[in-house]
Amino acid sequence: MYKIGIIGAGECVSAFLALGFSVMEATDGASAAAALHAAAKTGEYAVLFLDEALAAAIPEDIARYADDPLPAVVVLPGKNGSMGMGAAALKNAMERAIGADIL
Amino acid sequence: MEIRVNPTRMELKKLQARYATARRGHKLLKDKCDGLMQQFLEIVREARRLRAELEPKLTAAYASFAAAGAVSDPKMLQTALLLPRKSAEVDVTFRNRMSVNVPQFSAETGGETELCNYGFAFTGGSIDAAILTLSKLREPMLRMAQLEKEAMLMADEIERTRRRVNALEHIMIPQYLAGIRQIKLKLDENERGNITRLMKVKDMMLAAQMQQRKDFIPDESDAE
Repeated sequence: MYKIGIIGAGECVSAFLALGFSVMEATDGASAAAALHAAAKTGEYAVLFLDEALAAAIPEDIARYADDPLPAVVVLPGKNGSMGMGAAALKNAMERAIGADIL
Repeated sequence: MEIRVNPTRMELKKLQARYATARRGHKLLKDKCDGLMQQFLEIVREARRLRAELEPKLTAAYASFAAAGAVSDPKMLQTALLLPRKSAEVDVTFRNRMSVNVPQFSAETGGETELCNYGFAFTGGSIDAAILTLSKLREPMLRMAQLEKEAMLMADEIERTRRRVNALEHIMIPQYLAGIRQIKLKLDENERGNITRLMKVKDMMLAAQMQQRKDFIPDESDAE
């Protein structure tokens, strides 16, 4: 069995404590990257959710796990709504596979 | 770029066999690429739909949680959430989709009572409602994570397969064809050279025979 982790700023992610997610608090890109790599290194996490505002600061760190089967690093919108990073990641995958976003 | 080959029949046979394998591989890989593309588009379409549904719900859940936090003591709220009854665990199995091993997540879903592991005396009802709203999003969140991971892995495989197809189509197959043509031309040239040489030798032999015959039969002018 694997764990589900969430990385983000305190007020946003603390709600997920109640759902049993492993919450890793991060306030900036560097701490988010450190938490992401530490969690991925343990091999205990199947899914790592990441706050969009922090994910915008560490695209290269997220890209390192794109082609590995685990963990799945997924960007979630912050408390101020979506910045479109999740949709952009799908668009990038589409461009990489097909050459253009045809959907 | 042409390949350098020895113009022998053996080499021709080898190249023809490689060309046949390359053609077969090219067809198979192209079919695989088409299959992957078809499944990839379905996954991306589903992932986009799910994300579009989930994002406003998550923002709303954060807002309801923030509203619940505003009317509660932050320390008390932190304490209430600190120890969940059960940590969220997910079972991972791998499924082979067109030779891509994609993870499949399945989580145990507990009842609503499993979520609220705190005394109700010191917490407001709004916290319970916020947590229940958020808990309803756990399943779609996992489904979205799975679909997005599948999309990423399949995009990588499509890119790799397309490169292989292109390498076979634009480099390997033309190279083999050029090599086969080169050897055939050279072998034909050798064949023509042989025939010309044989004809020349035959002419020379005939001329020598004629000369012999001429030398053997005395010339009529000499007899006179």
